[in-house]
Amino acid sequence: MGETLKKLELEAKTDNLDQVLEFVDSTLEEVECSIKTQTQIDIAVEEIFVNIAHYAYNNVIGNATILVEMNTDPLTISITFIDNGTPYDPLAKADPDVTLSAEEREIGGLGIFMVKKTMDDIKYEYKDGKNILTLRKEI
Amino acid sequence: MTINKETNGSSLIMGIEGRLDTATSPELEAELKASLEGIDDLVFEFSNLDYISSAGLRVLLSAQKTMNKQGKMVIRNANDSIKEIFDVTGFTDILTIE
Repeated sequence: MGETLKKLELEAKTDNLDQVLEFVDSTLEEVECSIKTQTQIDIAVEEIFVNIAHYAYNNVIGNATILVEMNTDPLTISITFIDNGTPYDPLAKADPDVTLSAEEREIGGLGIFMVKKTMDDIKYEYKDGKNILTLRKEI
Repeated sequence: MTINKETNGSSLIMGIEGRLDTATSPELEAELKASLEGIDDLVFEFSNLDYISSAGLRVLLSAQKTMNKQGKMVIRNANDSIKEIFDVTGFTDILTIE
């Protein structure tokens, strides 16, 4: 069972990113979270929310719901993103080849890769017409 | 984000302060596009950069590709969390980090 659960629902557009980060950071500030961990979480939240804002809804603005849950033993944050847009599993995308040179590198695909590398767990499911993506990170 | 530009002949130092993210990266991209002509020595001064997301990495990759053709590019004084992002994404091998 979660110790605390908070919910934010807002339009999925990049202008709202600051509001989403403030929502997540305000929860992290209630616990002792290192700057490094908070930065990793902020980056993950930015990548996922911006993905939804760009790709979930075709040329219309839809909503996104963000749930933040803190659990103890060990202290862990779970952040769930829910949208009603096009089914899209970001985890299905192949990782970029990070050994390539600058010339060979393609621009893109780095965001979700950074999320995979820094979070302890990512789960995606499509259920009842909703994309549900949950990030989990021990603090 | 604040950009401090210092040009000296064909050398350019870009000091970036604050956050290089989805909201601010387009501004840096536009600034670079307008500034890199004739530059063969580009330095990014990152001692006051707090945060970089993939949007910022894309701008750095694009700048590196441009500078590979016309000179060199160096990143200076990035903090540990930004260096770790460079490590995770393989950018440590692409960029010159001092």
